[in-house]
Amino acid sequence: MKVPLSRIAHARSGDKGDTSNVGVIAYEERHYRILVREVTPERVKAHFGDLVNGEVERFELPNLGALNFLLHEALGGGGTLSLRIDAQGKTLGAGLLSLEVEASEQELA
Amino acid sequence: MIRIANGQGFWGDWLEAPVRLVEQGPLDYLALDYLAEITMSILQKQKEADAKLGYARDFPPLIGRIAARLKERGVRVIANAGGVNPPACARQVRSLAPQLKVAVVTGDDIFPQLDELLAQGHELRNMETGEPLSAIQGKILSANAYLGAAPLVEALATGADVVIAGRSTDTALTLAPMVHRFSWAWDEWNRLAAGVIAGHIIECGAQSTGGNCIADWQTIPDFADIGYPIVEAEPDGTFVVTKHRGTGGRVSLETVKEQLLYELGDPKNYITPDCVADFTSIRLSGDGENRVRVTAIQGRPRTPMLKVSIAYLHGWKAVGTLVYSAPQAVEKAEAAGRIVRERLDQLGLKFDEVHTELFGYNACHGPAAPVNPNPPEVMLRIGVRGQERAAVDRFTRELIPLVLSGPPTATGFGEGKPSVREVVAYWPALIPREVIRTNVEVIE
Repeated sequence: MKVPLSRIAHARSGDKGDTSNVGVIAYEERHYRILVREVTPERVKAHFGDLVNGEVERFELPNLGALNFLLHEALGGGGTLSLRIDAQGKTLGAGLLSLEVEASEQELA
Repeated sequence: MIRIANGQGFWGDWLEAPVRLVEQGPLDYLALDYLAEITMSILQKQKEADAKLGYARDFPPLIGRIAARLKERGVRVIANAGGVNPPACARQVRSLAPQLKVAVVTGDDIFPQLDELLAQGHELRNMETGEPLSAIQGKILSANAYLGAAPLVEALATGADVVIAGRSTDTALTLAPMVHRFSWAWDEWNRLAAGVIAGHIIECGAQSTGGNCIADWQTIPDFADIGYPIVEAEPDGTFVVTKHRGTGGRVSLETVKEQLLYELGDPKNYITPDCVADFTSIRLSGDGENRVRVTAIQGRPRTPMLKVSIAYLHGWKAVGTLVYSAPQAVEKAEAAGRIVRERLDQLGLKFDEVHTELFGYNACHGPAAPVNPNPPEVMLRIGVRGQERAAVDRFTRELIPLVLSGPPTATGFGEGKPSVREVVAYWPALIPREVIRTNVEVIE
């Protein structure tokens, strides 16, 4: 079944220059493997479309049940240069949680 | 065990937070972080206008306000409030709190030595683009090396009540009291990394105690009285994250994990002047209500280089807004955006960037935003950035005319034409650590 990522994970995002980092954290440790399988860099890039001009990198933190994404060239030049309302990517974590992920009822139980 | 709190996540954070931290419970050290990258260039401009300025002006009155409590409870303050003028900041603190002993850390400011450093062969190339520093010659506003915990530890060893630094890393403010009190050696990498990660968890103030927390945010109690974070550090490098009893907010696995992920790059290589910390080694466990225990942290040797942040002028920008109501609010705002762009083209104005977004529709999340084809109102936000001030000035005259001459129902123009701002950009570079000479001075 398809469920929004927000059902199994929370998130926080911020900036480093023109790169936004989005940390996605499983509420339950056992759901971490769903994140690893479903929340790929390709899907994250597709989810944000033309908001992200560069590549998306992914790092794994199994100890925290979390993934860390770097969204390059995603902030309109970053910090002081950016003309965007969300120049620091503060809301992108919440934005990623609307991604739909595929998981079996057994996995979600 | 020692207790280290953070009472200021940035300059502009809650004024009451540091006061409450020293009044509402036990504490040994109060760390206050005032410096974002942009802050340094603003302070440099203030110092050029007045040689007695160039520091976080909120800081001396705060210390004046809590001086008696600091003395009475033996709480020592470590702050990077000095900006580009730590000695002036210290003198002001002394005049408002004469009973306190103040130590000042300098040596991070390399702006006066830039020519000399370049002549010695330090290229200070842009870490991201590889360009030489000559590309921005004549436009540089400030240049500071990020200092680690060592000079702060030296300052604590003087017995000062208040330690004032300029551009020290945020994490060093928390690590320094641990090294000072536990006599850690500068090659105990796992312990140093533990201090760095403790610093990372508390450096953004209440962002680790329930602030800006997505997990279950509606159930987080009493934001109005939110407690700022406290680390209870042990000599072995383990620590507990908590807050004072009876305060609002929450310390949970979720709030701490969110902050651990904040502004994180490669988790195995969190590079600081003091060590390289490995975020994949961290173990968290619950330790009772509003307490999270952090253990097992591993670190690796520091790198031979220090990071330098150079601020420089990079043109001008302006952003203007107009609000359109339903029906067809989105279509109207989009049309208005196209009209402005067409007029800018007709005028032959050149910009580095023209950006349009619809606030209330998808400005924050772009294509990831849920689709609502007929919102009751949207705000058109259109901005330009370029090297010619005249072109940016001209742009600011192109929005308000649309109230009468464009799509219907434009409103929200009461503040007049947008203001033009000078753009300050950042040039990240590296410098060998032995080039940076720090100094500690006590002012009594």
